[in-house]
Amino acid sequence: MKIDVKHIAKLANLPLKDEEIKKLESQLGETLDYIEQLNEVDTKNIEPTSQVTGLENITREDEASESLSQDEAVSNTTEKHNGLFKVKAILSND
Amino acid sequence: MTNLTLSQALEKLKNKEISSLELTKAYLERIKKVDPKINAFITVTENEALEQAKKADILIENGENLPLLGIPIALKDLFITEGIKTTAASKVLENYVPQYDATIVRKLKEAGTVILGKLNSDAWAHGASGENSDFGPTKNPYNIEYVPGGSSSGSAASVASDMCIFSMGTDTGGSIRLPASFCNVVGLKPTYGRVSRNGIIAMASSLDSIGHITKTVEDSAIVLSVTAGQDKYDATTPSVPVKDYAENLTKGVKGLKIGVPKEYYSEGLDSRVKDLIQKALKSLEKRGAKLIETSLPHTKYANPVYYIVQPAEVSSNLARYDGIRYGGERSIFGDEAKRRIMLGTYVLSSGYYDAYYKKAMQVRTLLKKDFDKAFERVDVMIAPVSPTPPFKLGEKSKDPLSMYMQDIFTVTASLTGNPALSVPIGFIDDLPNGMQIIGPHFSEDLLFRVGQTYEQQNQFYLEKPNL
Repeated sequence: MKIDVKHIAKLANLPLKDEEIKKLESQLGETLDYIEQLNEVDTKNIEPTSQVTGLENITREDEASESLSQDEAVSNTTEKHNGLFKVKAILSND
Repeated sequence: MTNLTLSQALEKLKNKEISSLELTKAYLERIKKVDPKINAFITVTENEALEQAKKADILIENGENLPLLGIPIALKDLFITEGIKTTAASKVLENYVPQYDATIVRKLKEAGTVILGKLNSDAWAHGASGENSDFGPTKNPYNIEYVPGGSSSGSAASVASDMCIFSMGTDTGGSIRLPASFCNVVGLKPTYGRVSRNGIIAMASSLDSIGHITKTVEDSAIVLSVTAGQDKYDATTPSVPVKDYAENLTKGVKGLKIGVPKEYYSEGLDSRVKDLIQKALKSLEKRGAKLIETSLPHTKYANPVYYIVQPAEVSSNLARYDGIRYGGERSIFGDEAKRRIMLGTYVLSSGYYDAYYKKAMQVRTLLKKDFDKAFERVDVMIAPVSPTPPFKLGEKSKDPLSMYMQDIFTVTASLTGNPALSVPIGFIDDLPNGMQIIGPHFSEDLLFRVGQTYEQQNQFYLEKPNL
């Protein structure tokens, strides 16, 4: 089983070195071969299970309550400006 | 005094035979002496612990009756702790200092515990040996050339070597049960949703179960009574009432139907481990339990299902580590984290979602049906935890797939959400082994009852490591 590692790495926003790409190709290939045995199972008309609690639509009132202060919220980064998170530009000036 | 169990320590503190400060100092000393060999701790919070202990002693003096008052504990470094560095055992978060406590951390503090520090694990809880930590592997206290099991490696090793009275961990595919079985201690994976996940760094959100590691079964029951319960910050916690888990502990097993699922006792299981479990089953039968052979026909598909569902959810949960609000950049992720992110992204990607993720979710339904059907005929089931006795450091770390095979017997209960209790069953070549008692959803009291009956006949917890 061969994965297009470069394509997946782009989707996953994961920067990889060339040696890593080679190693991942083989290791992920092995794991996928192991997973292939699921094709033996007849799952016609079987509903998928995504969670086992049986709970649905747990909501609360849309009321603001205590939260972190702005200083607390940005406390774990050095890339901040005026109490806001600083990120790379996504729009250019052209 | 560091070899006290939780129930013994609670007694002595209540009777003022010892103070929380004395107890805490003893554990801090023990950590200084023993942890250089074991590497169970990433962070030791000495000053905070001493302060908490002093406060606990004042409350004890005033007759306060909190359930865990004055008890020194430690937490897997996935539990966020306000003001205390929390790393997930990964260099990505080596400088992350949380601004609030996880719900369970708050609950444990309110119950009066003293927090000694944060425990080592496989980074992001990815692993079965502790070798994927970015802070060095934890060693098995019974033989430091061997792994303690993972991912809650530090949690098991710290309790086994008396560096804390009990520890908190997480179990997504076996990460409490496996290390508990490798370190001669008791590990509980509660029913999914029994204990709040709020503030605990997420691995796979439909599987993560918040549990604990203790020296005895009774201790485990005491802790669950504190941690269990609905939490408004975790929508997957149902409003099922919390039982008094220590109440029926000594009721015994007369008339109890114990299922022995035949698929778990086949060629995949080391024959020496099988022998120890057969001995355990016989001893429970002698105490009045009825052994019934059951079948969980889809067992062999559980691990492949797990290694689709879990990486898929991991790839989603680790997307938040983009270095913007916290943490370093994504190139810093270790090899195992990268493997799982890649595998997860692939099985969710366009063109492959139906073949992999949807298929896995359908087989998950079949696994759940197997369990529900089995529990119509039996009260609990007993199964192995690990297919092998503990293995040496380095033995499986070069082959990811061989490490994934450690999970074959534990992922089933994770996928179905059933609770499971790992208890020690004895030694092979002087290394510990365990078995798991699995029950219907919210039947933890039954698991404790069976565990207690078995434990009291053998008392393996009295066999301490030679440190």
